[in-house]
Amino acid sequence: MKKPNLQAVLPLLLRYLAILIVLLFTVGPFLWLLSTSLKSTDENIFAYPPVLIPQSPTLDNFFRVIDSQPFFTYLKNSALVAVLSVALNLLLASLAAYPLARIPFKGRSVLFIVLLSSMMIPFQLLMIPVYELAISLGLQNTYLGLVLPHACTAFGIFFLRQAFLSVPVAIEEAAIMDGVSRLRIWWFVMLPLIKPSLATLAVFSFIAVWGDFLWPLIIIDQPSLFTLPLGVNRLASTFSLDWRLVAAGAVFSIVPILLFFTFTQRFFIEGAMKGAVKG
Amino acid sequence: MKATSFSRITGNPLIPYLFLIPACVVLATFVLYPALKAIYLSFTNFNMIREAEFVGFANYLNVWRDPFFWAALKNTLLYMVVVVPVLVIAPIFLAALVNKHIPGITFIRAAIYLPVITSLVISGLIWKWVYEEQGILNYVLLASGVTTDPVAFLTDPANALFSVMAVTIWSGMGYYMVIYLAGLQSIPRHLYEVAEVEGVSAWQQMIHITIPLLRPSIAVVTVMSSIAAMKVFEEVYVMTQGGPMDSTKTLVYYLYESAFSEFEMGYASAIGVVLFLLTLVFSLINLRFLREKT
Repeated sequence: MKKPNLQAVLPLLLRYLAILIVLLFTVGPFLWLLSTSLKSTDENIFAYPPVLIPQSPTLDNFFRVIDSQPFFTYLKNSALVAVLSVALNLLLASLAAYPLARIPFKGRSVLFIVLLSSMMIPFQLLMIPVYELAISLGLQNTYLGLVLPHACTAFGIFFLRQAFLSVPVAIEEAAIMDGVSRLRIWWFVMLPLIKPSLATLAVFSFIAVWGDFLWPLIIIDQPSLFTLPLGVNRLASTFSLDWRLVAAGAVFSIVPILLFFTFTQRFFIEGAMKGAVKG
Repeated sequence: MKATSFSRITGNPLIPYLFLIPACVVLATFVLYPALKAIYLSFTNFNMIREAEFVGFANYLNVWRDPFFWAALKNTLLYMVVVVPVLVIAPIFLAALVNKHIPGITFIRAAIYLPVITSLVISGLIWKWVYEEQGILNYVLLASGVTTDPVAFLTDPANALFSVMAVTIWSGMGYYMVIYLAGLQSIPRHLYEVAEVEGVSAWQQMIHITIPLLRPSIAVVTVMSSIAAMKVFEEVYVMTQGGPMDSTKTLVYYLYESAFSEFEMGYASAIGVVLFLLTLVFSLINLRFLREKT
């Protein structure tokens, strides 16, 4: 058919060139980190000019990191805290969102406004009383202490309420006429219908809890309960002079979330379209 | 008729409350009660050791007289003035760049999003390494002749705040790009087709079609990035600890320091209340956006 001429290809080439420059900025630092983490102690990481491909790539730095600090424990803690927080958030938020969307009751609009307003309070204002409360409840250095402040978010309730509102009323009415209880309707009828929103909320809150630093920093001081961000921070303050080790620790903590992202990617776009917020 | 039969069958009027109880207990315990408590603490001299004594407005007066507070506020406002415009404008162009179904586009979008899913602590460390005096960025700048001496990105008070800002921008860009991508989907394609026929240049299309029609998304991004910029903490914590010479001390970092290094919980709570009031304006606008969707 028609041969692609220069005039048609040029804009595309320019677009790829621009994309390449953007990627250099967004992905470049990751590649440099990965490269550093794979360089052996014999290789100068400050070489001039810098060398991107390690001369003799080695996993040595990763073994040294794992030997010096319990990174697999950090990983387990991060995963446990994130999974528990997300599960609780989905459960509590979807329970609360259902009547807010579908069952008329006294005080509904007031409650909804209070919930919305609570989204405006920055955690930084709350952290001192929450810290004090957590200590008096014996939650310092516990998984529960890490999880509870994430166990329910007003945003989650708001987000799922929107989802419930978009479910046709007819479906639910049929079940009500058949005398099915509200709890069963919530579980067997409504939740399956808002699965995409549940998934979106799940991935967003997973990323938020996984990356959380300020709250764990305050409430945890036992390394056996450190999450990955705390662990890498500790690694960086212990081995601040050996960037190979810091880089290896950072790579170690990026890999799991990268895998998670690879499999859940499409929800991030959907989430942003529905107005999900980071953190 | 429908309404009566509906409420009759709905049965027990307590049911909605039962659904709400677990969430309300958690939010009351970890948000509402602490919020009120924080306001109360800001009027006391609480320091975790002694019982809190009521001190009136003393903390607020001290905040007013505290040069470190003003420095932190100045840094935070400067942060917003630089970071927000960049995060509002640059991602529009990014979104326009990747809003075309060209080979590899899914991968490209994911790669731009990568910094968003990386925890800020890690991002801060990555950039600390990139910013090293003999590091890769200085090599690029020296080799390309942009500078003649290595730049002290994090150790010179004149540069440090801007260097930390770059990390915030790097971490946030992909997120706002995706919001704009969603906004771009709602712009009717035929507008561009007409413009194409009329011979309007790509740049003019951007200025006269894309940007005006993206206004709702632009408003959302402005508000969200402003709130985020006001709460910067992790980047500062891992990269500079507020230094050198307090040049990167932001409000939240100062709040954290007052509370958990100095244990001046009452004083820190007063800073927290000020932070809350500063974010309130933006949060209220944000709330309006959310409610408009309802």
